[in-house]
Amino acid sequence: MEASTIIETVNLTKLYNRQTAVKDLSFKVNEGEVFGFLGPNGAGKTTTLLMLMGLSHPSAGSAKVCGFDPLRSAREVKRIAGYLPENVGFYGDLDAVQNLNYVARLNGIQTNRASEKIDELLDLVGLKQDARKKVGAFSRGMKQRLGFAEVLIKDPKLIFLDEPTTGLDPDGALRLMEFIKSLNRDRQITVLLSSHNLYQVQKISHRVGIMIHGEMVAEGTIESLAKEKLGVGEKEYSLEEIYMKYFQEA
Amino acid sequence: MQGLYAVFKKELCDHFSSYRFVILFALIAMVSFISSYMAGIHMKENLEALANTRFPFLMLFSATGALFSMVQFVAFFGPLIGVVLAFDSINRERAHGTLIKLISQPIYRDAVINGKFLAGVATITIMLIAIVLVISGLGLALVGIVPGLEEIWRLFIYLIISIFYISFWLAVSILFSISFKNIATSALASIALWIFLSFFVSLGANVVADSIAPVDRQKEPNPEMIIKNIRIREMVSLCSPMVLYSEATQTIIDPMRKTTRSVVLMGPMEELLSSRFQNPLPLGQSILVIFPHMTALVALTLICFAISYVIFMVQEIRT
Repeated sequence: MEASTIIETVNLTKLYNRQTAVKDLSFKVNEGEVFGFLGPNGAGKTTTLLMLMGLSHPSAGSAKVCGFDPLRSAREVKRIAGYLPENVGFYGDLDAVQNLNYVARLNGIQTNRASEKIDELLDLVGLKQDARKKVGAFSRGMKQRLGFAEVLIKDPKLIFLDEPTTGLDPDGALRLMEFIKSLNRDRQITVLLSSHNLYQVQKISHRVGIMIHGEMVAEGTIESLAKEKLGVGEKEYSLEEIYMKYFQEA
Repeated sequence: MQGLYAVFKKELCDHFSSYRFVILFALIAMVSFISSYMAGIHMKENLEALANTRFPFLMLFSATGALFSMVQFVAFFGPLIGVVLAFDSINRERAHGTLIKLISQPIYRDAVINGKFLAGVATITIMLIAIVLVISGLGLALVGIVPGLEEIWRLFIYLIISIFYISFWLAVSILFSISFKNIATSALASIALWIFLSFFVSLGANVVADSIAPVDRQKEPNPEMIIKNIRIREMVSLCSPMVLYSEATQTIIDPMRKTTRSVVLMGPMEELLSSRFQNPLPLGQSILVIFPHMTALVALTLICFAISYVIFMVQEIRT
């Protein structure tokens, strides 16, 4: 399947106080795929996502997201791409609908269309009965699902998910991954997923990239990485083995 | 624009539904109400003396009924309104992780800070207009005096100066809430600056004036030194926005005042004489007298906001 490229970076570099957070990062994400973005803590994954969203300025190199440069056309990128940070924040004294309404208005969605959409999205993420509860009383899992509703309200072509499963119970994490898969399948949303949950990532990702110390050490389908690292013909492989191999080498 | 309007509307809703605003508004409304009420009662008892006054309506605001006048009260505690409205405006969003969400929406980044500032200004405006109208109504009912056209103009200018004065403090606390990540730190910094500029600058002005141009009260006073001393004291104390504001508003509210402060030394009899025969200053002249003060206040507000704007635009927001 030949797909068009939706994200492309060329030698993307970010320095913080002369420390390199991201170093000469060049990778591609194809339209319609789930890209697993792996790496240890502090490898520069979040920084990369921020640069792709236009929230952080790269020190060198360039990126293209849906044909736009996030540095110059940040607003266009933000219109088509959604970003779900690791610790998604809400206004605790507002209820779920009010929180979503605010984001809808920031996206310039008309009021009557917004309320329709909010109903539909709350149903989709399974928060319909909590729609009028204050978000301050939400559990971690509920907040995570509300975060998804918030990201989906602008009908994104592309979503960046930064560790969406941290702090969720195993069952919740599993269902969240299923949900991400369904978003990709039913709504044709490209997903850039950063996660430590390798088993789940392996199940839903088309391709993965492994980032260590600010550098992309591997990029490709899981099979091709398995062939490369674990030897040809091996049928039983897990992403975890591949990851550990790269990690030990780095 | 849509982003600015959305932020503005949200912030305005937040202000009017927050407990701290309601409590502060109740406090300020109550105190100004009482001070004007006292002034009104006082005026009613001394109707004789009032026959000479050209602008009795303005006395509701400027007369020190019990302890202080309404104008003095706003000069003192107005800053607190600005501080309370905005000391956590940016760093609360940062701490709760909503700031990154805001700026990852398709809006310009300055919509966030502009919306917050404008919502604060709108809140202050509504609050001050409400208080002035309530006091005016009280004056109509209690003393039975109707404001003339000039008095309405003077009140209007007073309102504008007050809005800028409180907006200055709003801008200061937004600046602190951008530069300090911790909410308690930014609140403390704003209050510390308020106390410093409102109470200590005038003290410091005395010290500076006395050290540069000492006036020996034991010996024969040297008029030149005394005037120099007063000039220096005035110059230093004008660094305080509170001094700027109170001089400006007291001159505009009281047409009998010809300068913001009298440098000319007069004996009690001379003062009595001159005040008996002097006419009030026309509105245009009053404005001319306080024009530098007004300009300084507006400039201070804008500079302060501009600094916070620049810092916010270049700041890296990660959480």
